[in-house]
Amino acid sequence: MAEATDASRVGSPAWHEIVRDVLRRHNVSLVTYVPDNVLRPLIEAVDADPFFTAFACTREEEALGINAGAWMGGLRGILLMQTSGFATLPNVIASLSVPFSIPTLMMVSERGTLGEFNIGQSLVARTMRPVLAALAVEHHTMTRLDEVEFIVDRGITQAVATMAPVCFILSPLLTGGKVFAK
Amino acid sequence: MASLANHPTSRDQAKVMNRFDITRRMIGLLHHDEAVIGGIGYTNFDLWAASEAPGGRRPQNFYMLGSMGLAVPIALGVAIAQPRRKVFALEGDGSILMQLGSLSTVAARAQNNLCIVIMDNGAYQITGGQKTMTEQGADIVGIARASGLARSAWAADEDAFVELIGRSLTEDGPWLIGCRIDNQKPVDTTERDPSRIRDNFMRGLGVRP
Repeated sequence: MAEATDASRVGSPAWHEIVRDVLRRHNVSLVTYVPDNVLRPLIEAVDADPFFTAFACTREEEALGINAGAWMGGLRGILLMQTSGFATLPNVIASLSVPFSIPTLMMVSERGTLGEFNIGQSLVARTMRPVLAALAVEHHTMTRLDEVEFIVDRGITQAVATMAPVCFILSPLLTGGKVFAK
Repeated sequence: MASLANHPTSRDQAKVMNRFDITRRMIGLLHHDEAVIGGIGYTNFDLWAASEAPGGRRPQNFYMLGSMGLAVPIALGVAIAQPRRKVFALEGDGSILMQLGSLSTVAARAQNNLCIVIMDNGAYQITGGQKTMTEQGADIVGIARASGLARSAWAADEDAFVELIGRSLTEDGPWLIGCRIDNQKPVDTTERDPSRIRDNFMRGLGVRP
């Protein structure tokens, strides 16, 4: 999975190490998530780093609410999830993040494309970008290691400055995705 | 939790109180800029009404305008960000039933500066009074205890409610206080201006000067 892509780049940091470092630089210390296999190295990286407060939530909506409250209390957070989890969020993005001008930071491990084996994932994945577009939420798909730092860095900067949500999509081209297990 | 032994653990042992009355009593006990998150519906409206004061409404209140079920998660986020401030979530029975997992998250975090107050009238009152599951056997305090929130109890009456809120202000939580309430209409309607609500709240929490 993830390591297959990164292993060929001896000496350069993996995508999850880059993300962790950018989060830290932007003082994003709260990481809430509903776990995903592709996100696992990032979850393990923040779990291992005392700078971060990281924990799993029972639903993505719940995690978004926690991050919204934390931001209003002066603490920056990011929500990690997979595509199917994002599909549960339109109501709370539209009724909490956007109208209250809360810079909701989201990172989605993209399932449903480039070798998906679960038909449910492939169907729900098609709703993600149309929903993001309908809500006018800034979103960026990261496909290459050399663009991760720029996109996450600038994306967080803009979200905070404009008090608007942003969604970072981790393409299988970057992470290796989840491969079919027989 | 032996210290809660004199408070009911069962919904049918609790007196039916009035939402505005107990919300006002609660606000009257807050003297240290405690944060209060109001879920949607009449819980929210009566928080707005009960917070009116000669010098203006207390700025440490946040009023949701949707995102049903997220009062507890939002309050948990505030409590994590500001561990020295007491944070209250006011939520209705219909709303908390949508986000029961958040009770176990609060328990797992052992968030000791958080108190959840459930206003339970067994109905989706704002949409016409359709029954919720609490009118059909579900007991929120029982669910909370089973979710790991040991400091959970029903307020037997108004005096017990005041006692429990007082204890939540001085003793570590997380707390959950179940309140049976009547079907009276709320006293006022929250002003629906999210930018202003959020800005007031952040200033009230000292995040913005």
